[in-house]
Amino acid sequence: MSSNSIRTDFPILATEVRGKPLVYLDNAATTQKPQCVIDAISHYYETQNSNVHRAAHYLADLATTAVESSRDKLAEFINAPAREEVIFTRGTTESINLIAGCLDSHLQPGDQILISHAEHHANIVPWQMLAARTGAQLIACNLLDSGDLDLDDFAQKLGPTTKLVAIGHVSNALGTLNPVRDIVQMAKAEGNKDTLVLLDGAQAVGHLSVDVQDLGCDFYAFSGHKMFGPTGIGVVWGRKALLEAMPPWQGGGEMIRTVSITESTYNELPYKYEAGTPNMAGIVGLGAAVDYLNTLPRDELQAQEDKLIAWTLSQLQQVPGIRLVGEPRQRIGAISFVHNEGHPHDLGTLLDQQGIAVRTGHHCAMPLMDHLKLPGTVRASFCLYNQQDDAQRFIDALHKAVTFL
Amino acid sequence: MSDLQEIRDTFELFDDWEDKYRFLIELGKDLPPLAQEHRIEANLIRGCQSQVWLVAEQNAAHDQLDIALDSDAHIVRGLSAVVLAALNHKSPAEILAFDIEGLFTDLDLLQHLSPTRGNGLRAMVAKIREHAQLA
Ligand SMILES: Cc1ncc(COP(=O)(O)O)c(C=O)c1O
Repeated sequence: MSSNSIRTDFPILATEVRGKPLVYLDNAATTQKPQCVIDAISHYYETQNSNVHRAAHYLADLATTAVESSRDKLAEFINAPAREEVIFTRGTTESINLIAGCLDSHLQPGDQILISHAEHHANIVPWQMLAARTGAQLIACNLLDSGDLDLDDFAQKLGPTTKLVAIGHVSNALGTLNPVRDIVQMAKAEGNKDTLVLLDGAQAVGHLSVDVQDLGCDFYAFSGHKMFGPTGIGVVWGRKALLEAMPPWQGGGEMIRTVSITESTYNELPYKYEAGTPNMAGIVGLGAAVDYLNTLPRDELQAQEDKLIAWTLSQLQQVPGIRLVGEPRQRIGAISFVHNEGHPHDLGTLLDQQGIAVRTGHHCAMPLMDHLKLPGTVRASFCLYNQQDDAQRFIDALHKAVTFL
Repeated sequence: MSDLQEIRDTFELFDDWEDKYRFLIELGKDLPPLAQEHRIEANLIRGCQSQVWLVAEQNAAHDQLDIALDSDAHIVRGLSAVVLAALNHKSPAEILAFDIEGLFTDLDLLQHLSPTRGNGLRAMVAKIREHAQLA
């Protein structure tokens, strides 16, 4: 299957920008949605909408079945051992906040939380807040010049006081595919025996087949909108024993078994972590995105995307004044670069004038930009519907843009 | 310092984005850079992807505001030059009365004034107006 035929599944890709066909290379920010996902959301509202799990009536059954069958799809999508380990959230940010919000008793003053300098703010700030509450310390693993994690430094920073490791599966800013399976093993072998590992899968799920059992992590967080699903819905997967032992996070309806004025008992998994009426249409839409991905030859498409990225990288190096930022051993999706004269913002504006959508700035990774001593980068990010024509037009537009600077 | 009418007249001649942006970037290059001592945190305008520095001084003798702007991005420097052509060395009353949206609409650069652009142009203009209000 070629990305040519896939393209037509995504109505928005037919957009024209100032008379030119849109070239959408901002997929790391959010991917576009195929018609089937859009239809699933409409279909939900047209035929199924009702509050879940609550009432004994026809529509409530339909809605509950739709939501719970999405959970099954998501569990299968990441090879979760049990469906109740799949917790629906608003997205990666809420997923990480949920876990960070429930681990106070896991940490003591003097303990450490280990992240990396390349993390997205969503995988930094919740841990800072947890550290501030518990007296634990947040520390970060260094990067090599390539943008890869410095695994020697990582090993050195692991120790008996490391209670938690939180690392991105794929870096949104540089495109680095981190060796997360090895990282989990190192953390479990060289850290404390109850070192927990959370992987931020936001940039991985739209590209790679994820198997949480194979990865060996304890928690895996991701967003629907970066894998062709709707916005406002995401998942955190966690090991059942941990989720059962952890306290609840938000309180409210759905998450309780009994409530009196003085105390409450909590519902079982996954509902214990899903307080309030969930984003039902979002959950159904995300299920449709999983169905969609399951119809595609994902490995083949990823191989095509990798080739497209390799071609783009080789062409970028021939554009005068352009310097790549990060040359990781294994790259997924994103290319970051700067120009020796122009600011990323200049390039972004000049590309936008030519109908090319890229992102400029710090990519929610200010510590990484400090580390690189850059104000920001230009990031072109690809996904399965991008094709040679997108890459060619991007390179042509960039050649033109640099003549302005 | 470019004259606003000159800028308007030049923009009139352009029929494509390329000439316009080349000119804008030239305007930016002609803008005298702010002395290093003024490129400090205190003069930075918040909320910008590029760094934008603003120094405004009330010139009481002439009832005017003397403004200097700088940025590390070429296009933002160019946009700053347009803002300066419109507002620099003007009285606070003139500054507050000036229709900057109208100007950017005429120049077909209005999108740069959008709060979502993150280039700081909107914040820059707001800051200048704040100085004018205090003057
Ligand atoms: C690596 C990474 N982590 C976390 C996030 C946050 O995701 P969301 O904004 O969907 O919660 C993003 C999205 O930009 C990301 O790229």
